[in-house]
Amino acid sequence: MKSLRTSSVGNRGRYGLIALLAVLVLAASVASLAFGAVPIPPGEVIAALLGRGRGAAASIVLYARLPRLCGCLLAGAALACSGTIIQGVLNNPLAAPNVIGVNSGAGLATALCCALAPQAPQLTSAAAFLGALAGVLLVLFISERAGAARTTLVLAGVAISSVFSAGIDGVLTFFPDALSGYTDFRVGGVKNLSMARLAPAFWVILIALALALSLSHELDLLLLGQETAQSLGLPAGRLRLILLALAAALAGAAVSFVGLLGFVGLLAPHIMRRMVGEDSFPLLLSSALGGALLLTACDLASRIIFAPFELPLGVVLSLTGGPFFLWLLLRQRRGGGL
Amino acid sequence: MIQLRNLRAGYPGRPVLEGIDLDFRPGEVLALLGPNGCGKSTLLRTANGLLPKTGGVVLVDGAPLEGLSAKEIARKTAYLPQARAVPNITAGRMVLHGRFPYLSYPRRYRPEDYQMVQKALNWVGAGELAGRPLRELSGGQRQKVYLAMALAQDTETVLMDEPTTYLDVGCQLEVMALSRRLAEEGRAVVMVLHDLCLAMRWAHRVALLSGGRLRQVGAPEEVWSGGALEQVMGAALGRVDTPEGWRYFI
Repeated sequence: MKSLRTSSVGNRGRYGLIALLAVLVLAASVASLAFGAVPIPPGEVIAALLGRGRGAAASIVLYARLPRLCGCLLAGAALACSGTIIQGVLNNPLAAPNVIGVNSGAGLATALCCALAPQAPQLTSAAAFLGALAGVLLVLFISERAGAARTTLVLAGVAISSVFSAGIDGVLTFFPDALSGYTDFRVGGVKNLSMARLAPAFWVILIALALALSLSHELDLLLLGQETAQSLGLPAGRLRLILLALAAALAGAAVSFVGLLGFVGLLAPHIMRRMVGEDSFPLLLSSALGGALLLTACDLASRIIFAPFELPLGVVLSLTGGPFFLWLLLRQRRGGGL
Repeated sequence: MIQLRNLRAGYPGRPVLEGIDLDFRPGEVLALLGPNGCGKSTLLRTANGLLPKTGGVVLVDGAPLEGLSAKEIARKTAYLPQARAVPNITAGRMVLHGRFPYLSYPRRYRPEDYQMVQKALNWVGAGELAGRPLRELSGGQRQKVYLAMALAQDTETVLMDEPTTYLDVGCQLEVMALSRRLAEEGRAVVMVLHDLCLAMRWAHRVALLSGGRLRQVGAPEEVWSGGALEQVMGAALGRVDTPEGWRYFI
């Protein structure tokens, strides 16, 4: 029976791997606070965090790097978990938050906000979050009316995204001044973040993550297929909607302050699935840590490669994550595994 | 025991089943036979509550199916659908999912769940597969794992939709032998089959469906003698007497 318990969780080292990821996230966090255009010794970083720091170094740590770091950790974890949930629920390895209308909904709302309220950039985050939720709700509503098949949902997402993209182009045509604000959002990044701006997203992400983890067993059952899950007593249709709503809240909260860094939602779950398998609880945990690590490392790279100049985070993420992902695929094809 | 009374079922704008009266008796393998599209899978899904009926009654131990919760139904009836996903998990984990109807929040498996799973795996002869990834198993081994999951669900009725499709002859015979053993333990086993010879050899009763209606129900010999089988399936089925009983051939 003991063998069944250990074998039933698949790779024995998965929780060791999760612990290793946690250590790496911690190390990347320390590095993120210490390195940048101005290197700050770890002692001064710690002093600043404990409220005993003084001068420019403490200000840089507390008001520039710490919010960025928190933004990266939160957005990385949220987008990666959102992608994990969506890929699991739709049983589609290519699915990511953009598939269910998160990006297009947030993008249209941000473009509208930049066009109609250019004097109030502080509204952009709320607009992006509400736009993402509205986009997803519209996709879910249409797919539900059309029979709620997984393919229908993906197709509805593609159609809504197309309509919203046309809407964005229309807004930018009539309000060309909105282009600058929208471009920042589209490229994505964690510049100019503050803890106050992160606070609402933090609570949304925390609650949605906790709920998603608490429903990980149900997500496992959905992977068996809708009919099998239902025959085991799971209200599969309702659960699918709830999980997609959680994924939308996670991704919507993340894009509200980092913009469209959707690639994390595709990349992190794929890497983690190869490492820890498909059991949803360890997969969600490792995806959250992996996504946080990925964004933090990319943000650090974006600040130090051409310091004191800074590359957009979205560009660094795509330039490093894309080739890494391709390398993983090629390695898998050669039977290397991970 | 599941009882279908004057059951009507189907899909919006497309009725499939009409006036079905059938009992899924404990201790018996019942094979559902009929041409493609005659409603065999629809019958299984309706009997399990996966598809809402459009008329008639489905009784579970004498009570209407609608009065039971999804988990209560799952504790009475296991169902192996025709299309089964192959997630990237171990066989043991897969079988553990069969215990879901018995878990309350926060969904922690109890020692008796692990015992039940190990027993189910051993029962189907797949005890050594517990730690192997499902995707690395052969079709026959996977089918045993699915059967073990149904067994771990510990239900009185097991419904299987084409459990022998895509399996080689040896595995088909193994699945049918396991089904008979399930019935011998007192369960009602209902399976959709396309292989007439297999159905006639292993089932205690066969139910012949045609155009959404039940043409005949009875022991294989009885249905064979009636001639309806040949008429409905469009194939002449011969038989030879052997020391082990009748063997059928096309």
